[in-house]
Amino acid sequence: MTPLLETRNLNVRFGGVHATRDVNFSLAEAELRCVIGPNGAGKSTFFKLLTGQVKPTSGHILFRGQDISGMRPHHPGRLGIGIKTQVPSLFNGLSVWENVWLAARRINTPRQAERVTRATLERVGMLAYREATVGLLAHGQRQWVELAVVIAADPPLILLDEPAAGMSDAEVARTAELIRDINRQHALVVVEHDMSFIRMIAKKVTVLHQGAIIKEDTPDRVMSDPLIQQIYLGKKPQ
Amino acid sequence: MKVLNEPSARLQSPGPLQRFSQSWKSAALTLAIGLVLLFCLPRVLDDFTLVQATIYVVMSILAVSLGFIWGYGGILCFGQSAFFGLGAYTYAIAVTNLGDSTVPFVLAIVVPAVFAAALGYIIFYGRLSDVYMGVITLTVTLILFNLINSTAGPEWKIGVAPLGGFNGIPNIAPLNMPGNVDDVIGPRGLFELSLGMLLLVYLLLRALLAVKLGRVIVASKENEQRVLLLGYDARAYKLFTFVLGAAIAGLAGCLYANWGAFTSPTIFGLAQSAQIIIWVIVGGLGTLVGPIVGCVAIQWLTSQIGTQQVINSNLVLGAILVIFVLLVPKGIVPGCGSVGAAMAARMRRRPVVADQHKLHKPSDEIEANTLAIDSHRETSQ
Repeated sequence: MTPLLETRNLNVRFGGVHATRDVNFSLAEAELRCVIGPNGAGKSTFFKLLTGQVKPTSGHILFRGQDISGMRPHHPGRLGIGIKTQVPSLFNGLSVWENVWLAARRINTPRQAERVTRATLERVGMLAYREATVGLLAHGQRQWVELAVVIAADPPLILLDEPAAGMSDAEVARTAELIRDINRQHALVVVEHDMSFIRMIAKKVTVLHQGAIIKEDTPDRVMSDPLIQQIYLGKKPQ
Repeated sequence: MKVLNEPSARLQSPGPLQRFSQSWKSAALTLAIGLVLLFCLPRVLDDFTLVQATIYVVMSILAVSLGFIWGYGGILCFGQSAFFGLGAYTYAIAVTNLGDSTVPFVLAIVVPAVFAAALGYIIFYGRLSDVYMGVITLTVTLILFNLINSTAGPEWKIGVAPLGGFNGIPNIAPLNMPGNVDDVIGPRGLFELSLGMLLLVYLLLRALLAVKLGRVIVASKENEQRVLLLGYDARAYKLFTFVLGAAIAGLAGCLYANWGAFTSPTIFGLAQSAQIIIWVIVGGLGTLVGPIVGCVAIQWLTSQIGTQQVINSNLVLGAILVIFVLLVPKGIVPGCGSVGAAMAARMRRRPVVADQHKLHKPSDEIEANTLAIDSHRETSQ
């Protein structure tokens, strides 16, 4: 079966920096994968490659078997790759409702778009804020709005960049629950730092280091790998 | 918990006036005022004043064209007068050649639009940055000015119409009823046509902003990256905005050529371009009524200053621009809106600043997020 997402020998160089090295990544339909790695490991660049914001120096990205590596920046979104960025990327001057509506409207008729917008806002608990201007909301609330924007576009593949950053333990647990729920209908790639969070959601973890994939395994085996403990957690192998 | 159930007044409603300006009621009110003026002014005003009022209306159409592409599309075009001038010249040349004004009227809108499409394609599909946008549009305007300015000789003509160079084109035939060259539009007819066109343009733009096309245009201004990530081709939307603005400016140009039966290269000039930007800044960016208010107010003021010899009108205009940029950066119309909202908030005894502060307290944030998941749970069960 064709994987939902596949990268073949993906490379990116920014001047002298080799940000992505021969990345061969594969994600099945409806899979939930976590990507970890220390700062500068190339996680954000990887997401930018998948969403068409950065062009690969060499290699290919296949989405459902279709090569998307040379496409215009709006094509990945059109084909069905949604992303929640690390710093919420929203229309700050527009209302919560308008933000989500714009995502829903591209694939829906006006009447359906109204319905999808309402349902999505209800799902993330922001319906009461539908008239609020997004730029005036607190950071945490903007995170929920962006999540709603991503879900409303109903993409087969959702990329989440540090969804639990800056959250309390209770919130982390609840975010994990929401992500598992989203995973019933969508495949997900989640970039995270918090290992307890990763254990809650992922069966498989991909470890990036200096732009290359160095390990792909279950969370427990990744955590017990001495090499990864050394580079990722700063611990010396015992 | 209270915060989520009861979002603060500040967030729930952006203030009565601001909300008003976004609803259909305000569009209906604006149209109603326009229609009243359309029927009353020709009956009340004498011919001289009516002709004065006509030029205010014509220039208001031009102001709205820039107010739309700048305020809603985020495209600061320094050369909006290029499309205005092209409209005027296209009408003048076409009507001299063809006699009947129906086709020239259409051409005066189509030619600037096609020109803008070509120029906009280079700008938006060539991924030029905003700074170059301003430089290119300004340069194009000046090139057109110099080009037309240097066509004074009798050898410069299109069909039977001489271009006239710095002398301009005099005696432009007025608009006539389609098919009947003798049934020409009078001063009163031109006023009614101009105001009718202004109302039509306003209505069209309001309708546009209520549907997907218009909302994506506004969204592209807010955050182009997110527009692309959602799968919308931002370039195409910007190009459409630019072309629509040029078409409206061309319409204004056609009416301008009718108003004075004369057009000259100065309408391509730097002063004209700068003036449109001042109207929009003073009236208010991000509204459609604002540019009209700014245009009428500044023009009226300029003509009042022009009647005396003490102060130079450009000096006063410059001072007004500086005052507005420093003290009323939002412009007249949105400025009145925020003053009204602040007063309303004070009357409700819920100061705007306090509300906003309250909402940003971290504990509220956590509560809101916690509740968000709770409600999500309820819905998924």
